[in-house]
Amino acid sequence: MKLELRGITKRFPGVIANDSVDLEVGSGEILALLGENGAGKSTLMNVLYGLYSADEGDVVIDGQVQHFDSPSDAIAAGIGMVHQHFMLVPVFSVVENVVLGDEPTSWGGILNLRQGRKRLIEISERYGLAVDPDAIIEDLPVGVQQRVEIIKVLFREANFLVLDEPTAVLTPQEVADLFEILRGLRADGKGIIFITHKLNEVVEIADRISVLRRGKIVGHADPATADPQSLAELMVGRPVDLVVDKASAEPGEPILEIENLTVLDDRAHAAVNDVSLTVRRGEVLGIAGVQGNGQSELVEAITGLRDPLAGRISIAGDDTTGDSPRSIHRRGVAHIPEDRQRMGLVLEFTIAENMVLDGYYADEYSSGIAMRWDDIHDTAGRLAERYDVRTPSIDVPASTLSGGNQQKVIVAREFSRPVDLIVASQPTRGLDVGSIEYIHGQVVAQRNEGTAVLLVSTELDEVLALSDRIAVMFDGRIVAVLNRDETDATELGLYMAGSAPGASGNGNDAVPDRADDETEEVGP
Amino acid sequence: MTVDSTDVDVAPDDDPGSSPEPSLLEEVAGTRSGLMEALVVPVLAVFTALVVGALVLVFTDPDLWEIFGTGEWFTQSWDSISGAYSALFRGSFGSTRAISETLVAASPVILAGLSVAVGFRAGLFNIGGEGQVTIGGMTAIMIGIKLTAVPFPLLALLALIGGIVGGAVWGGIAGLLKARTGAHEVITTIMLNFVAAFLTLWLLKTDFFRVPDRQDPVTQSIDEGAQLPRLLTFIDPQLRVHAGIIVALLAAVFVWWLLFRSTIGYQFRAVGHNPDAARYGGMRVAWLYVAVMGVAGGLAGLAGADTVQGVLYRGTPGFSGNIGFDAIGLALLGRSHPAGVVLAGILFGALRAGGREIQASEFIPIDLVSIIQALVIVFIAAPALIRGLYRLRPSDEGPTQLTKGWGA
Repeated sequence: MKLELRGITKRFPGVIANDSVDLEVGSGEILALLGENGAGKSTLMNVLYGLYSADEGDVVIDGQVQHFDSPSDAIAAGIGMVHQHFMLVPVFSVVENVVLGDEPTSWGGILNLRQGRKRLIEISERYGLAVDPDAIIEDLPVGVQQRVEIIKVLFREANFLVLDEPTAVLTPQEVADLFEILRGLRADGKGIIFITHKLNEVVEIADRISVLRRGKIVGHADPATADPQSLAELMVGRPVDLVVDKASAEPGEPILEIENLTVLDDRAHAAVNDVSLTVRRGEVLGIAGVQGNGQSELVEAITGLRDPLAGRISIAGDDTTGDSPRSIHRRGVAHIPEDRQRMGLVLEFTIAENMVLDGYYADEYSSGIAMRWDDIHDTAGRLAERYDVRTPSIDVPASTLSGGNQQKVIVAREFSRPVDLIVASQPTRGLDVGSIEYIHGQVVAQRNEGTAVLLVSTELDEVLALSDRIAVMFDGRIVAVLNRDETDATELGLYMAGSAPGASGNGNDAVPDRADDETEEVGP
Repeated sequence: MTVDSTDVDVAPDDDPGSSPEPSLLEEVAGTRSGLMEALVVPVLAVFTALVVGALVLVFTDPDLWEIFGTGEWFTQSWDSISGAYSALFRGSFGSTRAISETLVAASPVILAGLSVAVGFRAGLFNIGGEGQVTIGGMTAIMIGIKLTAVPFPLLALLALIGGIVGGAVWGGIAGLLKARTGAHEVITTIMLNFVAAFLTLWLLKTDFFRVPDRQDPVTQSIDEGAQLPRLLTFIDPQLRVHAGIIVALLAAVFVWWLLFRSTIGYQFRAVGHNPDAARYGGMRVAWLYVAVMGVAGGLAGLAGADTVQGVLYRGTPGFSGNIGFDAIGLALLGRSHPAGVVLAGILFGALRAGGREIQASEFIPIDLVSIIQALVIVFIAAPALIRGLYRLRPSDEGPTQLTKGWGA
């Protein structure tokens, strides 16, 4: 069988999201669709899945032109989608989730779970998708939840599978497992479209590579001969520097000192469990870990957004445990929050208004009673220019900016005042390569000027690129602190999965939170 | 290396259209594309409500049922509709007297509408306007009947301030409950409406408020010094328009300054759009909820004082006349912008004043006006319906967000 997209064009007001895109994938083949965020990958897949109708072009299966008005049409035609954000009901069991929307029924329309369960087990054995049919979704690790999503698609007898950034929430070991499953599916004659922006994965798993940039297919590559550097250039459209240039660190006195910190999450579980850490002036301490292992709560405790249960936090010698966000801010802590749209910005506010979100009360921005809008405008305009925020005006709402430019607004706000400590949480999540380069450069520049930097990232590559020392967080604990030069991705991956010596527990009893707060730029 | 590149350079970054200094109206709408939302939809909603109101008028008239289907039916229906709407216009804008009545009705609803608008801007749904109006009005009455020693401008001012304080306390209770216990303001304000209504009923019967030699629940009249002066008696002593309309306009200017220029208003709006970001920015969100409800309550209380001091001069059961509920629709119609609230308030005032004329001269129940008001709100609340009816291009923005965390 063969699935083709022919000349797909999709326009949104002011933007051409897809510009006559041709793409094809056959049975028993893995096609990697490579592109930055905002390149039009999601739009293209939404056209394929019947969520958008294309302005021009056709979806063709085995020479038959298809008309999809809704995802159910696409499913009926044998197309299955595994979304980046899992579409599972957390309180349902695996089998209930798998049959949902396609329930096998016996006479009189009565739900026949036993039949569904039987097919589920068949599928899971046939493709090596090990999962307990009766487990409740919310108790399962992310990697297993993803397996359930894949089973869901196979349950509906899909011939073609689309996986949207499937590795974003997985540990390196889980990624290896996923790739094994994909190879099995390929051997069984399924056609797979694998969407990603991670270059090394593409080279590892794909049979063919197509690169999408600004809505157009800009090239194809053979994974056997292509190398990450050239793919990156094709994806971005200019030479890129994948390696962050930085001199070796010259750490000074300790700035952030954390002793025996325990922090509860919203469900009153100890998300951070007896953690001790020190970050020195002039160094980047990276915290590696799969999402949901306590990093968010750790950052919230440091920045005053969450009161710790026990332990002590001090900044440059001053005890700041349990202080308010404002007093910690004034103490010289910059914070890049992990979710810029939920916390870092008020999207409805203009860029100028956002530039003073956490400093609005300072004398230069407010008389106490009234805001000094003229001064704020001057400052915001200067900062937007200095930090390369691409916008027609600082009076447009932040929601109109691209993700990269939104993040630059936050970086401008946080880096433009003298601080002792920078807490950067997922600083480049969902950004294009150009913005990532820029923000990495800014972080290194701050560190070189003697600021202490605590970097939290679930992207191992980012942690490796920026950090001087790396702490691995698993199940609320720091399971290892390693020098950057004395470790590598493999070792870190083992620690991240909790399976290295010294780690508490093993991968099974520790259940990371589902990555439901993961964000991504949507649409054009 | 077999990367075959068919490199094509497309337009630079997806920059949105440029826009110079935003005007007042754009400020509420956010962007220029929102300008349509801000003006066109409300105007069409009012128009549609008038059309549907006409249909209701025709199809609820028993005399017309009997001749349904005949040519007569069309002419008589038309007479009925045109009679009603010309009476509506005559009674609201047709004469100096009509305009005066429109403004009399407009001033309290503008104030109460501003109250709801401030709440919306800060992400709170203040349904408690009615209770805050009542408590504010009772406070103004108390001052007006007891501090008779104070001379005119001072006593009127004092009573207005009393209204503000009374309403602010009543609203502040809901804010405090939300801040301290997380109780949802929709629930608490609704319940406080009942508390205020029955508290007032009881107060009206106390010796403190009651007219000494009467038993019915009516308060003594406020001192002349507490009455808001009528503005146009030099033209015609019958003209009732009073200083309350000036108070309402000043309040609108104040609310605009508060929301868009003041430091606390910046925090109000930040909390309204994104409480997480507000907390990240070092704002004390819980305290802001109390402040917002205090300000909103104060404005509603002022509406109560305005009614009492400008028109009624005394308190009776239900003297608030549903102002607090009309205010919700009014704030929606005015898109929670002070200028929009003033315009919407004048419209609602006109409907009230014109409604009386419809009843008097056409013998059509004043309920028609309530129906029209309700229809306006239905259409405002469903902008997609209006856009669909008139084939308007949908705006890029999502639906108007009123409050966050319904029931949360």
